[in-house]
Amino acid sequence: MSTPIIEFRNVSKWYGEGENRTEVLSNINLKIEEGEFLAIVGFTGSGKTTLVNLMTGLLEPSEGEVLYRGERITGPAPERGIIFQNYSLLPWFTVYQNVALAVDQVYPDWPAAKREEHIRRFIEMVNLTPATEKRPKELSGGMKQRTSIARVLATDPDLLLMDEPLGALDALTRGNLQEEILKIWSANRRTAVLITNDVDEGIFMADRIIPLEPGERSGLGPEYRINLERPRNKKALNTDPDFKKVRTEILNYLVQLGEAAKMERDESLALPDLQPIQPGTSSFGWLRRAS
Amino acid sequence: MSQTTTIPASAKTASIKRFLPSTTNLGAKLPGMARSAGITLASMLLFLLIWQLSSSYLYSVEAESRIDRVLAEQGPEEAEAMRACIASGDISCKPNTLPSPAEVVKASQLLLADHRTISADKAEFKAKTAGVNAQRKEQGLDLITYTGRPSFVDQIFTSLKTVAVGFLIALFIAVPIGVIIGLNENLRTAFNWFIQVFKPVSPVVWLLLVFMIVKTLTLGSDSDTSFLISAVSVGLCSMWATLVNTSVGVSSVNKDYINVAKVLKLGIGKKIFKVILPSAIPLIFTGLRITVSVAWMVLIAIELLAQSPGLGSFVWEEFQNGANDSNAKIIVAMFVIGFIGFLLDRVMYYIQQSVSFEKALS
Repeated sequence: MSTPIIEFRNVSKWYGEGENRTEVLSNINLKIEEGEFLAIVGFTGSGKTTLVNLMTGLLEPSEGEVLYRGERITGPAPERGIIFQNYSLLPWFTVYQNVALAVDQVYPDWPAAKREEHIRRFIEMVNLTPATEKRPKELSGGMKQRTSIARVLATDPDLLLMDEPLGALDALTRGNLQEEILKIWSANRRTAVLITNDVDEGIFMADRIIPLEPGERSGLGPEYRINLERPRNKKALNTDPDFKKVRTEILNYLVQLGEAAKMERDESLALPDLQPIQPGTSSFGWLRRAS
Repeated sequence: MSQTTTIPASAKTASIKRFLPSTTNLGAKLPGMARSAGITLASMLLFLLIWQLSSSYLYSVEAESRIDRVLAEQGPEEAEAMRACIASGDISCKPNTLPSPAEVVKASQLLLADHRTISADKAEFKAKTAGVNAQRKEQGLDLITYTGRPSFVDQIFTSLKTVAVGFLIALFIAVPIGVIIGLNENLRTAFNWFIQVFKPVSPVVWLLLVFMIVKTLTLGSDSDTSFLISAVSVGLCSMWATLVNTSVGVSSVNKDYINVAKVLKLGIGKKIFKVILPSAIPLIFTGLRITVSVAWMVLIAIELLAQSPGLGSFVWEEFQNGANDSNAKIIVAMFVIGFIGFLLDRVMYYIQQSVSFEKALS
């Protein structure tokens, strides 16, 4: 078996030290193979963003190591492109300039004309050509995320990371963009990692789904293989027995874990021993009475 | 979750409206505008009334005390003569106090007339010396320049020139230093005490400090250093707001933008010019706007002390002069100073609005 493109070895990540230490991820072991589409699903606050930031290199593990093609990740690099949840477009740049910032950085040796052609091709690919000269504030949420997708794809990353890329979008735009991302992905079959809180989205898009346990000290749950044929049809999926089965399994797993996590936290809190201050009985009361 | 989507829709439309020309709802706004114009006008009239009343009160107090003094020193006859003299409005015995609005208007007309006379004088002088100057230029000698008294309008332009130079000094010191200390937390710590301690120092003390340094640096040269001293002092007094704002703006760039720069591995130059500075520009310009206001405010005090020409020394000279219309001229200068300060602030406000356009809407 070839070297996995990303490998987590006993990775734990915590923030703060001593009493304030909050462990977000605990003992994560994960291998991501070349060319696969992996989805990681989890509730909010289960450390999904931390997990993806460990892969980009924006964060370093507190314990263990994250390997990229067998080498330890020491910092971010454009070869591991990321689509941020909140788009992270630079508001003072137009769509073109936002994409150009990335392209100019990754292909500095290309002649200007080639770069421009490249930029325009990717803007076209996400159907934003009419908005090329618009600034982010003039774009809808979906258009912003398309720009962000174009920016990442234009740099031809080896590994495409998506941190809840469609989380802030409405259901219709979400569906459209899911299909578009899949279309672009299947054109060159790069490795992709999708972080999401939507199990359906995960099943629709990925080859493999791994749930992330909720709460503190999250670990990874059992993996679920999705062997549905590509290209997948969203409408047909809804009645597909395999889809339903996997979906129920994953949801059950997550819900059950969620319940367990809630039980764990169910301790009665000690209330502070305080008496309410009544008007007129405070320490300044004598002033009023005296006058 | 997402920061971009949590902006309430109402706030968004409000900020958009601010930038759109309000031609569409001008009709609806008109009564409101008329009302606010009416209120402004009424308050101006009230202001003039209070001014008039207090100046006439002060006038009578001054007149009475003058008559009483004459009565005590020279007897009743002379006192009567003084009373008659004051009543007649004769200049020789006019009580010197807060001038009335009418006197101020008259003084402003006098100043304008004076300006016209001096300009005519200057033009005449120029015509007269044109031939001689042309010769002197050929021989490589210094040109003969007009050395007469500057008019009030000339003083205004001198002041504007000083404040412009001072502002540029502040700009070129504060913005680069602000960017550098904004980028590095250790440098920020190192500069913190310096800023905290020197920011509140009075303009007068800055002037003295600059005087000490410039005096030594220009030893041996007999050029006039007062302009340099006042411009540098103005710059040093007014640069703090820009310095602080720039460093805050640079150090508090949205983390998302920094992450983009990190993931793309942007070089330091690109990172500063394409990500950090555009993001900090609205705050920098807010700082510059404060700097202009402060520069104009301290300029008058500094000119007054540095004996450099300008509105400040005009005011001081008039005060020392003590002529009949000196007080009125001082009040004219006060209005001119206030009005120019207001205009400078407006100009900076519009520049600020135009550069923060992108940011405000994103």
